[in-house]
Amino acid sequence: MSVELNGAQIVIQSLKDEGVEYIFGYPGGAVLHLYDAIFQQDDVKHILVRHEQGATHAADGYARATGKPGVVLVASGPGATNAVTGIATAYMDSIPMVIISGQVPSPVIGSDAFQEVDMVGITRPCVKHNFLVKDVTKLAETIKKAFYVATTGRPGPVVIDIPKDITDPRIKVAYKYPKKVVIRSYNPEVNGDKAQIKAAVDLLLTAQKPIIYSGGGVVLGEASKELIEFTQALGFPITNTLMGLGAFPSTDKQFVGMLGMHGTYEANMAMHESDVIIAIGARFDDRVTGKLDEFCPYAKIIHIDVDPASISKTVKVAIPVVGDVKPVLKQMLELIKDSKKKPSKKALESWWNQIEQWRAVKCLEYDRESRLIKPQYVIEQLYEVTKGDAYVTSDVGQHQMWAAQYYPFDKPRRWINSGGLGTMGFGLPAAIGVKLAFPDSEVACVTGDASIQMCIQELSTALQYKTPVKIINLNNSYMGMVRQWQEFSYESRYSHSYMDTIPEFVKLAEAYGHVGMRIDKPEEVRPALEEAFAMKDRTVFLDILTDRTENVYPMIESGKGHHDMTLRVAPGTSTDRELA
Amino acid sequence: MKHIISILIENESGALSRVAGLFSARGYNIESLTVAPTEDPSLSRMTLVTRGSEDIIEQITKQLNKLIDVVKLIDLEDFIHIERELMMVKIRTTDKTREEIRSLAAIFRGRIIDVTPTSYVVEMTGPSSKLDAFIAAIDGDTIIEVVRSGPTGISRGEQGLHL
Ligand SMILES: Cc1cc2nc3c(=O)[nH]c(=O)nc-3n(C[C@H](O)[C@H](O)[C@H](O)COP(=O)(O)OP(=O)(O)OC[C@H]3O[C@@H](n4cnc5c(N)ncnc54)[C@H](O)[C@@H]3O)c2cc1C
Ligand SMILES: Cc1ncc(C[n+]2csc(CCOP(=O)(O)OP(=O)(O)O)c2C)c(N)n1
Ligand SMILES: [Mg+2]
Repeated sequence: MSVELNGAQIVIQSLKDEGVEYIFGYPGGAVLHLYDAIFQQDDVKHILVRHEQGATHAADGYARATGKPGVVLVASGPGATNAVTGIATAYMDSIPMVIISGQVPSPVIGSDAFQEVDMVGITRPCVKHNFLVKDVTKLAETIKKAFYVATTGRPGPVVIDIPKDITDPRIKVAYKYPKKVVIRSYNPEVNGDKAQIKAAVDLLLTAQKPIIYSGGGVVLGEASKELIEFTQALGFPITNTLMGLGAFPSTDKQFVGMLGMHGTYEANMAMHESDVIIAIGARFDDRVTGKLDEFCPYAKIIHIDVDPASISKTVKVAIPVVGDVKPVLKQMLELIKDSKKKPSKKALESWWNQIEQWRAVKCLEYDRESRLIKPQYVIEQLYEVTKGDAYVTSDVGQHQMWAAQYYPFDKPRRWINSGGLGTMGFGLPAAIGVKLAFPDSEVACVTGDASIQMCIQELSTALQYKTPVKIINLNNSYMGMVRQWQEFSYESRYSHSYMDTIPEFVKLAEAYGHVGMRIDKPEEVRPALEEAFAMKDRTVFLDILTDRTENVYPMIESGKGHHDMTLRVAPGTSTDRELA
Repeated sequence: MKHIISILIENESGALSRVAGLFSARGYNIESLTVAPTEDPSLSRMTLVTRGSEDIIEQITKQLNKLIDVVKLIDLEDFIHIERELMMVKIRTTDKTREEIRSLAAIFRGRIIDVTPTSYVVEMTGPSSKLDAFIAAIDGDTIIEVVRSGPTGISRGEQGLHL
């Protein structure tokens, strides 16, 4: 049975039929018909943000935490362009989202009409796909296609640009939401090639110094369980990328920490010395590989990835397996269990001995005696107060690295950050999206004094929709990450990495109707965190004044290899250093 | 090395810009690009000539395949194939040069398709190298204009690029 609906109703009904819970959006002329349709129903809830960038990050945070696609609605012109940063953020981290943008009416497209931008053109390089709807009878099918493309294969954002006349309330057409769509040109490979999988397992079982390097693809592919079984069956060390954290429990002994630029010494050394690497849903990003010529010189590499273009893009691999991590890992596990050959106990034992020696360097130690608040200490306390079970979103900078290093995530989808694009302003709106998805869970946003100001207006959204998140502002009065690079590479010429006028965040939080707390002594950190998390129904802004000179260690400086890490010189050294 | 990539792509507005945009965004070069609808009006066939190392060509084909509008593609380098390009050259003529141009065109199996008292238009098809050779053989000062389609190609025998 089909019903007659107008275009605006079709959009909303399609979202409903797609099972969408929330739309994150902001109105404007070209989407007013849609807003009118939203007004006349309550199944799909609309979250009114304060800036379209906030809408995209909130939807993105929702998607990262739940695995379901995030949905955004923005107006044409400036509404649409404001969303672009958030779309690119989702694109770089392969996050499923559907972004609906209003467009000027079809007859005036191309005439420089009021608030016209070529949204399809502008977003083309930062979406998985985009559509311009030209015919209201194709609307439902286009929406179905958008969700299908966004959520399958390597996920990503999809834009649907809808001219205003398409949503005209006077034009009604038959509506039926398709159960399924087929796109002849789009058939992501799922199972992986049997022969390649066999070859990979054979190689793994001969390894002397193996390592598992897994990434965001395991989170995206919901394959955490399989990864754990696989890693346990082999007894190999495992490292995660920044995007993969939590897919394997960070508190497990087999976990050697994050790898890459700010990864652990043991993870990077193990990568460098390994003879067999299996990369699982990871894309050999430059933050991970360091200098390519020196990347893992002794290793044969196996790579599982659903996107063939991720394989052998920057690093040539010996055994590519194109497929979805979950079924591929399952098949590998079967083969490992059935195989007569087992990983060499002796080789693994001496490999682990070596790794323990690297571990003994304790690369994440810091000065625990300092009179100043150490940012690392704050994260450790946050971990304890939240019992390691919070959703932690972050912004971009030093605080992001500390959160990744000092909050050991044991579950996937708990660590929510912008890795590929590194978008400052991501953390707060993302936290709101997460809190909407999981109102009963603790949500913390670890941020910095510069990043938080990029989407601070969303504090107002947090009040309106009662999303009591805790904002942990590691306030070092610097763009710390920029300052660190200037210290390492520009002889401490701190060009514009400092703002003379940082707002009084406590007052700002209060002005937005929240609780603000200022903490400037180490002994106040723990009680303040406890107090903040005890306020179940309040958004609390903890402005924590941390050691301004602290740097992120260890570090692979640019142009260096994994084995060439810069370690913290000695506890206290950074504190004793005077800032120019 | 030069590669001719043949692509079947959805005949939709914007499909061409996705391909062109991909090349500029990723810094690949396009030497030439031709596109026209096929016998199936829902599909266009695109022939794209590019250059790069094996690694780059591999990335180019993977990235092209990733575009949702791309239905299928082949690198003609992997097949025994025939390559053809169409060229039209307008040449300034005088009583003295007409005969020479006519015979040169004949040697290259070109045809004269337009004649005025002071000019010829020579039409010629063939592999790009043959067209280059013709251009090199005539006096450059007499060329008024040259228009080339860019190469297109097709594999030999029964196998081919189709759905
Ligand atoms: C300030 C800063 C510092 C950073 N420092 C580091 C660092 O020290 N270490 C670090 O690791 N990163 C660091 N990053 C992050 C870095 O930039 C990259 O975002 C990150 O390394 C990429 O992670 P990934 O390889 O897991 O890939 P992702 O971007 O998560 O990509 C996932 C991969 O898995 C594939 N995939 C997706 N779904 C599936 C599926 N179902 N099955 C199979 N494959 C799938 C995709 O095709 C893709 O290739 C930093 C970022 C910032 C902003
Ligand atoms: C939108 C945006 N602009 C600029 C940058 C470059 N950038 C990376 S980190 C950083 C400083 C972040 O400062 P803050 O939020 O205070 O964090 P800290 O490093 O001090 O912890 C800047 C400017 C970015 N990542 N995103
Ligand atoms: Mg800062």
